[in-house]
Amino acid sequence: MRIFFAILSGGLFGAGLLLSGMTNTNKVQGFLDLFGNWDPTLAFVMGGAMIPMAIAWQMTKSRTPVIGGSFPEMPAAEFDRRLITGSILFGLGWGLAGLCPGPAIASLSYGGTGGFVFLAAMLIGMRLAPTASRYLDSRSAAA
Amino acid sequence: MIMDWIWGLLGGLMIGAAGAVYLLGNGRIMGASGIIGRIVDAKGSQAFEAAAFVAAMIAVPAVIALIWLPGTETHLTSDWLIIAVAGLLVGLGTRIANGCTSGHGVCGMSRLSPRGIVATLVFMASGIVSVALFRHVLEII
Repeated sequence: MRIFFAILSGGLFGAGLLLSGMTNTNKVQGFLDLFGNWDPTLAFVMGGAMIPMAIAWQMTKSRTPVIGGSFPEMPAAEFDRRLITGSILFGLGWGLAGLCPGPAIASLSYGGTGGFVFLAAMLIGMRLAPTASRYLDSRSAAA
Repeated sequence: MIMDWIWGLLGGLMIGAAGAVYLLGNGRIMGASGIIGRIVDAKGSQAFEAAAFVAAMIAVPAVIALIWLPGTETHLTSDWLIIAVAGLLVGLGTRIANGCTSGHGVCGMSRLSPRGIVATLVFMASGIVSVALFRHVLEII
């Protein structure tokens, strides 16, 4: 059941990313390009995605997950060094190539060699992240 | 242009539906960086579930592109150095921040999570600065 939901969700996610245009790096960079020819498509995608998700969060109040267990708790409103520094680094890379992790995966079949180069670099970055996070924590502790 | 917005909205609804299925079914946040991260960490059954998710996420768009949208491409730059630097930053950043556009953006903001909202505002602002810098100032993208 758990695998069924993972496949259903992954398939919908991939299809949505392709059909929305979000695996086209021109459209993503076009949204981030406030000083050029601005493309608002990404805002429609985000807005569209919020609707079912907001309904789903409402539904979590009166039930438990189908496979059992409990829903993830709302994380405390702590804006630590990890959250801010990580988001800045992510944004820089996102603007540079126009790909974030979802579209990088969804476009693998038609993204050419460049898509695999991006994926490989992204996986290396993910591998290095725990070390970088510990460094940030030590800096926070020292401050 | 208007058609792009309509497709954006429809695709967005599908992405939100995908997040709803994962949340209500498995009780998990549908975040791409987190799911890929679980494969990188290779933690047993969690990695298997994540691998199934990723396999479907590759296969379904592959079939759609093959049958209905031949010639689909990402328009990614051909400069491998830029791709490699960008990929490294995205991998590093999303895991340090524990989320990306789907986890913090779609799933976090839709429950009004303060961390999700702050992360999304920061990476959006950073992305805008990035395009302004690399496209308009340095002119390398």
